[in-house]
Amino acid sequence: MNTPNTYIGGHVERVEDARFLRGAGRYIDDVTREGLLHACVVRSAVAHGRLLSIDAEEALAMPGVHAVLTAADVAGEIPTIPFRRPNPKIGPYAQPVIARDRVRYFGEPVALVVADSPELAEDAAELVLPEIEPLPAVVTRAASLAADPLLFPGTTEDNVAAVFTATRGDAEAAFAAAALVVGDSFSTQRQTALPLETRGLLAEWDADAQHLTMHGAAKLPFFNRRAMARMMDLPETSVDYVEHDVGGGFGARGEFYPEDFLVALAARTTGRPVKWVEDRREHFAAIAHAREAEAQVELALDASGRILGLRGEMFMNVGAYVRPNGMTPVRNCAQFMSGPYRVPNIALQATALVANKTPAGTFRGPGRYEGSFFIERLLDMAAAQLGLDRRTIREVNLLTNAEMPHPLAQIRPSDGSRAETSCDSGEYAEAFHRCLQAFDWEEKVRLDGRLIDGRYHGIAVSCFIEGGASGPAETARMRVAEDGGVEVYVGSSAIGQGLETVMAQIAADTLGLPMERIRVFHGSTTYLAEGWGSYGSRATVMGGNAVREAGLALLERFRALAAGRLGVGEGEVSVVGLQAVGPDGVVLELADIAAEGLASEAKFLNSDATYTNGTAAVHVAVDPETGRVEVLDYVVCDEVGRIVNALTLHGQVTGAAVQGFGSVFGEELPYGDDGALLVGTLADYLVPLATDYPRVRCLSLESYPSPTNPLGAKGAGEGGIIPVGGAVANAVASALRTFGVAPNHLPLSPARVWALLNPSE
Amino acid sequence: MKIALTVNGRPAALDVAPRTTLADCLRHALGLTGTHLACEHGVCGACTIIVDGAAVRGCLTLAVQADGAEVTTVEGLAGDGDLTPLQEAFRRHHALQCGFCTAGILTTLHALLSENPDVEADEIREVLSGNICRCTGYIPIVEAALEARAAYRRASDPAP
Repeated sequence: MNTPNTYIGGHVERVEDARFLRGAGRYIDDVTREGLLHACVVRSAVAHGRLLSIDAEEALAMPGVHAVLTAADVAGEIPTIPFRRPNPKIGPYAQPVIARDRVRYFGEPVALVVADSPELAEDAAELVLPEIEPLPAVVTRAASLAADPLLFPGTTEDNVAAVFTATRGDAEAAFAAAALVVGDSFSTQRQTALPLETRGLLAEWDADAQHLTMHGAAKLPFFNRRAMARMMDLPETSVDYVEHDVGGGFGARGEFYPEDFLVALAARTTGRPVKWVEDRREHFAAIAHAREAEAQVELALDASGRILGLRGEMFMNVGAYVRPNGMTPVRNCAQFMSGPYRVPNIALQATALVANKTPAGTFRGPGRYEGSFFIERLLDMAAAQLGLDRRTIREVNLLTNAEMPHPLAQIRPSDGSRAETSCDSGEYAEAFHRCLQAFDWEEKVRLDGRLIDGRYHGIAVSCFIEGGASGPAETARMRVAEDGGVEVYVGSSAIGQGLETVMAQIAADTLGLPMERIRVFHGSTTYLAEGWGSYGSRATVMGGNAVREAGLALLERFRALAAGRLGVGEGEVSVVGLQAVGPDGVVLELADIAAEGLASEAKFLNSDATYTNGTAAVHVAVDPETGRVEVLDYVVCDEVGRIVNALTLHGQVTGAAVQGFGSVFGEELPYGDDGALLVGTLADYLVPLATDYPRVRCLSLESYPSPTNPLGAKGAGEGGIIPVGGAVANAVASALRTFGVAPNHLPLSPARVWALLNPSE
Repeated sequence: MKIALTVNGRPAALDVAPRTTLADCLRHALGLTGTHLACEHGVCGACTIIVDGAAVRGCLTLAVQADGAEVTTVEGLAGDGDLTPLQEAFRRHHALQCGFCTAGILTTLHALLSENPDVEADEIREVLSGNICRCTGYIPIVEAALEARAAYRRASDPAP
């Protein structure tokens, strides 16, 4: 049977835009309730110390203040936030939902004020006085490794939360046989995802029904419901997480944070709905940080540039506690450093160190961005030493489709389904050549290393893979509504990426209906008995295939009902666009049988990752007087298996690339020696602005559908950011080749580039 | 304090606390939640609204300062009618993702294009540099603004 319409792959504008453009989106701070109270979190201004007491008397005496909750108001043990990827070592490092007798980072919650208005709550919070006896703060890798002091004395013997190894083949033998070994030290700086909408929650406690509703869900409502139910000692069905419009996620938003518990506790304690909306200053100290990594790594090659082995160690400063997915960047950096290249022998070790800083989590391309920077720098260093073209050294090592599935390094300790994983499909040189062609490498290489009008020009190329489709499952449900429209419920959540459009495209194509008849509902635990969410570039693959399966099931159900109605065998009925055609050409409209309640559900199971692959090429100009780097051209080409929506795909890739420039050049969360976070506003955290990076081009291929799922799609929301560090640093190195600089430490701020050029000053 | 202003063409009379910002006043007292707050210190531009023809920060303006003013928010750009050409261009170019910065960017560009419908890309970028978008990388926003110029030119042209 022919599918009568093809929204998938077509030029489809987003359905969610209409409400956003009119200002009719509904974000968490737009949600209100009768009798609403407002919360403000009192946070530690000391990075490390003993919490001796909290004086809330004056705050409580303020008219309009309803409660000041502290650890003393939590019955029994202080709950800790569960891990999404547990491993045997990290247990003691879980984050308590509120500090009881010790604070471990600047910004750690110590109390929650609940008042009639947000202004009153803020005023009262200033009157809450925690008495904290300061302890020396652990800020650096050296202090953390020296256990000077221990963050969890009496519980752990060191400040090492976990050590992951990534292994493949025999690295030692490979290095012994190598024609060339290149190695160096590298680092990436601490930063954060910075969604434009700060976090927020609204908790409603129904005492009669003993039911808790949490508004403000994002990313993974079902996991958070389980966590909340356990902490609140409620059955899972007595907790709901409800998603509204979400102003960006990028990995950080929507995890279970201490505030989830505290706001829920406030609602349960006061018996009134309670809302908390983070302000920007606390956002910087409270939401997960990311990317603080140092590495000493080496690459072994033969004389022709073929990679023989990769080895070394990385240290990630994960902050004061291990958050739900705090280990993801650590293990990813080790497992995926080999990227799109054939690396037969690997021995990498990644150590997660705790320190008195905001706990880390994920930011788009977690660990992959860092690892890509490390190996891409090594490849250019090796090419220089072997006298090879920088394209050649990549081309000979890029994986071919004949090698698929290609196993990546194995991670230990095992932390779930991806401890072993394989690249799924793709001729990685294809995106590589298409990128270089669009970039016009042959022409631009003439400028490489030249001083033109006072600036040094440089070009570089970087290749990447992006893991997608996090398992193990996603769910969807469909129901034909009374008006003939089809309601689609999916466990995936929307974080601004255009989920409603993509799911509607897939549903419409599966059912053979116009998109206008599809209504997508998502992200809330009220819609489905179980679900997963949107993280790890999974929604299009996992949610999309779940929607497809639910659609197919709906058609089968319709066929069966129609056959019954017509009194013929199911095989004698064909179904197109929710019209059933019987053997005599009798047509049954959906409306003819809708009364019988047409509905379906599906659970798409898949634990195999998809791997989008791609290449980025960049042209920069470096001003030696100021150290400022300008990006003159940037081209990224990725191969995504199947393009569902080219508009949203390119939106993801372009947006991620520009975010990557922010990572490379400006965004940084520095700390003082005392563990104080030195950034508190958007005026000192330098995200990309409209004037900064006007030239980014992207193109996408769909040559090798993923064999892991019927749609053939590969997750593609994060790849755009992964190659940026390596590409830009290599272009700067190439531009400044006459100076012999090694830009191995990010960010490449003007001050750092200038210092590279003026090492003696 | 008592203030009277016009918001999206409708008169509004309010009693506000002196410290209430115009953004909070619009969002809470008038229920116009299309204006968003993302930094509350004038850096990100999400709360940009049009006051007497000029794009201003709703978070840095006190409600009492708007006494007697004519205010346009994102809700007032199209009103109950079709999307404006600028909004349509945003949709065509995928110039928004999460939508949180969009209101402030639309009002900023509406004020700019109303004043100068021949504005070039560089100046659009310069003006837009007062608004943070974390999703799009700005490129499609500039494309949308360039495309919308034609409609603003037509609107500013006296009938032939």
